[in-house]
Amino acid sequence: MRSALGRAAGYAPWSARAWRETAFTAAGVGPAAALPFVMLCAVPYPQFAIVLVPLLPALASVLTAVQRSRFHALLDLHIPPTRHGESWYTPAGIGRRLRSEATWRQVCYHAVVAPTAAVGAVAVVCCWTFGALCAGVLSWAWAVPGTLRLPGWVSGDHVPLTVLGVLLVLAAPPLAHLLTRAETAFAAALLGPSRTRELARRVEDLAVSRAEVVDAADAERRRIERDLHDGAQQRLVSLAMNLGLARATLKDLPPEARSVIDEAHREAKEAIEELNGLVRGLHPAVLEDRGLDAALSGVAARAPLPVRLSVDLPRRPAATVEAVAYFVVSEALANVAKHARASRVEVAVRVRAGRLLVTVEDDGAGGADPSRGTGLSGLAGRVRSVDGTLHLDSPVGGPTVITVELPCAL
Amino acid sequence: MRAVIAEDSLLLRIGLVKVLEAAGFEVAAEAGDADEVLAAVGEHRPDLVLLDVRMPPSFTDEGVRAALVIRAQWPGTAVLLLSQYVEERYAADLLATQTGGIGYLLKQRVADVEEFVDAVRRVAAGGTALDPQVVAQLLLRRQADPLERLTPREKDVLRLMAEGRSNTAIAEQLVVSDSAVSKHINSIFTKLGLPQAEADHRRVLAVLRFLEGA
Repeated sequence: MRSALGRAAGYAPWSARAWRETAFTAAGVGPAAALPFVMLCAVPYPQFAIVLVPLLPALASVLTAVQRSRFHALLDLHIPPTRHGESWYTPAGIGRRLRSEATWRQVCYHAVVAPTAAVGAVAVVCCWTFGALCAGVLSWAWAVPGTLRLPGWVSGDHVPLTVLGVLLVLAAPPLAHLLTRAETAFAAALLGPSRTRELARRVEDLAVSRAEVVDAADAERRRIERDLHDGAQQRLVSLAMNLGLARATLKDLPPEARSVIDEAHREAKEAIEELNGLVRGLHPAVLEDRGLDAALSGVAARAPLPVRLSVDLPRRPAATVEAVAYFVVSEALANVAKHARASRVEVAVRVRAGRLLVTVEDDGAGGADPSRGTGLSGLAGRVRSVDGTLHLDSPVGGPTVITVELPCAL
Repeated sequence: MRAVIAEDSLLLRIGLVKVLEAAGFEVAAEAGDADEVLAAVGEHRPDLVLLDVRMPPSFTDEGVRAALVIRAQWPGTAVLLLSQYVEERYAADLLATQTGGIGYLLKQRVADVEEFVDAVRRVAAGGTALDPQVVAQLLLRRQADPLERLTPREKDVLRLMAEGRSNTAIAEQLVVSDSAVSKHINSIFTKLGLPQAEADHRRVLAVLRFLEGA
């Protein structure tokens, strides 16, 4: 009961909302008249349409800006702008706008919704003015008797007129509210960007930003590789070389000193191997300098089982795609060596239908399960990061085939 | 024997000079990039040039290109390339004209000073020294040809021949007798259909066949 009263009080003619919404609806009359006016002008002169149609997007855009500022100033509502991004004065730009569904949604708003709302706005204003006038009749007659001359169709009794006036004043705020809500709903649907468009744009943004992140990670790996190569690797090789030189030239050392040098030499060589392995896992220099074929033949030659490698690419794919393909093959070969009990592996890299197709097939025991090891799921993650797909076919008993498709513009 | 060294990393260059001098070479000049090394080779006419593959300005294959120029302009000069990684096409390019006096090793092999010096001497004397990794990668490419008919043991022998080893060294490596190695080598010659000729020549041909098409 109280809430009903409270709600009713919200519509009281003296509430701030009533005045704000009245102001809002009334302010719509001007901009609402513009498009119908132009269109009506064009009716007697059909040839005028040649000029009008190309101007339509511009007009719609200006009116939309006006309406947007009206919503913002009077209702504090923000209607997000639609994105066009085309230049205005080129015929192509105008053509694009004319084909854009956003333009026609706006035209629909300015030609239909706004004028309808304007009619409602006139009604609201009438409610206020006639209501206030009529409601004042009784008090006028009482305060200054004899001066009130009403038109003949109004009956002599002032009471019904006063009641009518009060009712009209009371009706104005809910009417203004109704109009405001309706127009707001239409404006959000017709003036703002469409939801599908918005989602499409968001997907595009996300795809771009993800690609940037993936590329940045890749560039970072390459930078680390360079730093390691220029710094630690050279130093270690030099250290191992000096130790080797000491071993080779200092023949008359006591056996303890010799064994210490031997040990240090062995460890330095192991450190070089370890560092090389690390760099190969990051982003090997051969991949950057010479591309997939050279890098993969290194991987294949290091594999502890026979690998048949065929790489058939017309050109080098993007660096990030190359890196993922390299990673796929080297991880897959490591997995095969570790788990598959295979006697040979077939690796093929080729382009099919605009996609880079990488297949790794072994004749091992099969039954590979991506959920068990981190190797395969790590692979899948890296493949997904460039919008690729990974397919694993590994029946128990073999053979196991990993097929990876990566987008590539070749 | 006189040598010229081209290596852009100062640290490694100093080390290489020490190693070569300890091995009895006279280091005539040191260079930091391909232009410098070509000038130095022209000036000093060394017996051996030690080249890093990746050098300024582009850090890709300057060393290989310099090596090809050296081989073309001063044919008697032995060239040993050091590389951070193996690109078998480089090796193929180098071996395309002559197989003598050529070496291609991974950089990290310099750590094993004795073996490295061995390889340097072999190359300087007109032999070959290919990194096992180079050979492994070359072998990877060749699987549907006469080499396919070789037994695994024969492939091992051929691989070691391609690395530039002598029969004795091969026998040592594979822990077999010298005569077993000779038998394997003859079998390789037969399977590859190499003509009867001087043994060393056939040896080179076998290695070439092995490397062909890379």
